Amino acid sequence: MHEHDIFFQAFIYLLAAVLTVPLAQRLGLGSVLGYLMAGVVIGPFGLKLVGQEGADVMHFAEFGVVMMLFLVGLELQPSLLWRLRVPILGLGGLQVVGTALVSGAIGLLFGLPWQTALVVGLIFAMSSTAIVLQTLNEKGLLKTEAGQSAFSVLLFQDISVIPILAILPLLALQRSAVMSPEASALQPWQQTLLVIGLVGGIVLAGRFLMRPVFRLIASTGLREVFTATALLLVIGVALAVKAAGLSPALGTFVAGVVLADSEYRHELESDIEPFKGLLLGLFFIAVGAGINFTILFQSPLLIIGLVLALALVKFLVLLGLGRFFKLAWDQSLLFAFALAQGGEFAFVLFSFTTQNKILTPQIAEPLVVVVALSMVFTPLLIIIYERFVQPRFQSQGEERESDDIDENENPVIIAGFGRFGQIVGRLLIANRWRVTVLDISSSQIDTLRRFGYKVFYGDASRLDLLHAAGAAQAKLFVVAVDDREKTLEIVDLVQKHFPHLKILARAIDRRHAYELIRRNVEVIERETFGSALEMGVEALKLLGVRSFRARRVAQLFKLNDEHLLYEMAHVEADDQAIAARSRQNREELERLLQTDDHELVHEIDRAWDVSDLVRDGTGKVPSDNAE
Amino acid sequence: MSTCRILILFAHPALEKSRIQRQLIKAAQGIEAVTVHDLYEAYPSFQINIQAEQKLLLDHDLIVFQHPFYWYSSPAILKEWQDVVLEYGFAYGHKGTALHGKQFLSAISTGGGQQAYRREGNNHFTIREFLAPFEQTARLCGMEYLPPFVVQEVYQLSKEAIAGHAKHYRQTLLELRDGTLNREQLRQRQHLNEEFAYHA
Repeated sequence: MHEHDIFFQAFIYLLAAVLTVPLAQRLGLGSVLGYLMAGVVIGPFGLKLVGQEGADVMHFAEFGVVMMLFLVGLELQPSLLWRLRVPILGLGGLQVVGTALVSGAIGLLFGLPWQTALVVGLIFAMSSTAIVLQTLNEKGLLKTEAGQSAFSVLLFQDISVIPILAILPLLALQRSAVMSPEASALQPWQQTLLVIGLVGGIVLAGRFLMRPVFRLIASTGLREVFTATALLLVIGVALAVKAAGLSPALGTFVAGVVLADSEYRHELESDIEPFKGLLLGLFFIAVGAGINFTILFQSPLLIIGLVLALALVKFLVLLGLGRFFKLAWDQSLLFAFALAQGGEFAFVLFSFTTQNKILTPQIAEPLVVVVALSMVFTPLLIIIYERFVQPRFQSQGEERESDDIDENENPVIIAGFGRFGQIVGRLLIANRWRVTVLDISSSQIDTLRRFGYKVFYGDASRLDLLHAAGAAQAKLFVVAVDDREKTLEIVDLVQKHFPHLKILARAIDRRHAYELIRRNVEVIERETFGSALEMGVEALKLLGVRSFRARRVAQLFKLNDEHLLYEMAHVEADDQAIAARSRQNREELERLLQTDDHELVHEIDRAWDVSDLVRDGTGKVPSDNAE
Repeated sequence: MSTCRILILFAHPALEKSRIQRQLIKAAQGIEAVTVHDLYEAYPSFQINIQAEQKLLLDHDLIVFQHPFYWYSSPAILKEWQDVVLEYGFAYGHKGTALHGKQFLSAISTGGGQQAYRREGNNHFTIREFLAPFEQTARLCGMEYLPPFVVQEVYQLSKEAIAGHAKHYRQTLLELRDGTLNREQLRQRQHLNEEFAYHA
């Protein structure tokens, strides 16, 4: 029976998501709002399809946030994190302190004791990592200045949860009942040592343990085992960190950062992404379902007033900070709109404070509703920003965005970095072009990375991997794999999903080249043609032909042959089905041999030719041309 | 007089490093009846397509050699172009009349100034003297040789001055195309743009 229940629950959640999310998306509201609405609809105050277990589901779904932080970490090389240190500490720190003080002051005005006011202020300082990152990412705003600043602030908030949990008990009104559950047995210095040890452990394990493990797993070539390993890693880190009383999200974030410059980054990204998406969706549904409408209906004015006050205070503090940190007006506004809500950590902190009698339920319960409602309104606020605020700054915004892409994404992706791809890649890199390389041979990757190449493990015929490798932002896509079917598969995939990319493909032979020509691939090079031609030139030279002439003949030969190649590719398309493959090959050779390569030589003979001059012997002949 | 169709044969082996030539060629682009043909871009391995080049010549009335002045002459590809395209029987010789009646113009840029290009200067000879091979080539092909368009002291020119030369080059091309320049006055000049060049 119980199993049946689980499946029924899953059915309800999935059905609600499948029905509402595309609808919300179509209406331009974004997926987050869709999930939240789905939660309200199926929740205890809607169709009553889910009830008590909502909190359990929420607890489970919080793991989506953990996975998201892991993915965010993967995107962040340590160098980038270092560059963000000022916004993280400065902007993030001031945001938490500023919001806490201002909200606390308002609390004092309403007659709360200062301790309670400060607790509420600290809790209100948190914003929703899940909603903000998901919404900004979906709208492509995460890489803007405002997006990066919002990210920095969210990161600081995640970190600050740990000290806040330590401070809260000190602010309790009845000191006796208080007990901090995690840090109870430890002195503060022990706690600090534990944090340092744990982070150090994650860094060391990520550097020295995970890479050999991934290499081993990758060499089995079993995709699902790689996925299992990736999941295992995230869950393992989360458990270890949680056992130590720290935020699992923070732990997996560190693990992500450590793996950010490993060769398995894109593969990990594409493996974890779907799980994260589903769990995060579940999390949003649970938030929607968890809104206590009873309290809302009892005192609607108070609740709505508080929601507005919360949003307004946060908005003003953020806007002020944005300007103070020299963000442009449009970016400051986006930054403020994005973060002006309560966050999921508020739920954690509220339950912690009521359990420890730091806040009374009479205060905490309405505030939980306030936070939940403010989260629901976040996607709406961002839509308001996009529709009404951003258009006023349009030109500025566009320029900045394209700059960011240039800075963060490589313009060239090379799939396959064996004998062929390496030469292409080395030439580009020697000319200071940044190149992203995908290859499926893990031993190869190892060697290349030792020489400083940015090489990633993965099968380039997977759409999710191409996304992760930045195909949407790149300009060129070089297909240099040595498998003819795979090449065509990749070309079809890239043409279908990234039509803006110019494709350069390696053709195994003539027949393969025909296939590529018929797909209108921009540049096609037959893998052996160039070197065979070079050898022909050397042969001519050894036969006594002067090298300049030999080279000119070879170049003309190449032009003619390529012309013929394109012609035949289209002829062959017509009678493709008729003849068997081997017969075609023979006929093709005949056709090739019939074309008169001797004409080439006449063409070459025209230049610097003096025979006419000698024959004519008369007329105006410049003396230096006469010999 | 009908429109004079202009063919600019442009030669610069490292255009990405150029200051003046890049601006000049940009100024020449997008003018009706003016064809810009970038030789280093079309023939990176010097394999010049003779038939295509001869067809281009036949389709135009004024042929411009635009290039920086390297060792008192053109960059290598333009010499290669002359060697293979101006064939006996096409451009010269008693049957070689394809270019008769067309006009020829050199549009060049030099590092040295007017003072360097005279007997007392570093370069001893004048620009016109150095360009004698081009002038005689035009003559042998039955073409009318116009005084050259010369931008000098290019390393000392300010951005504004370069922009001024580029604008004047475009203007000159338009006037040549429309035939609005006074032919007699033209022939009197050492350089086509001498007034502009020394009063700018």
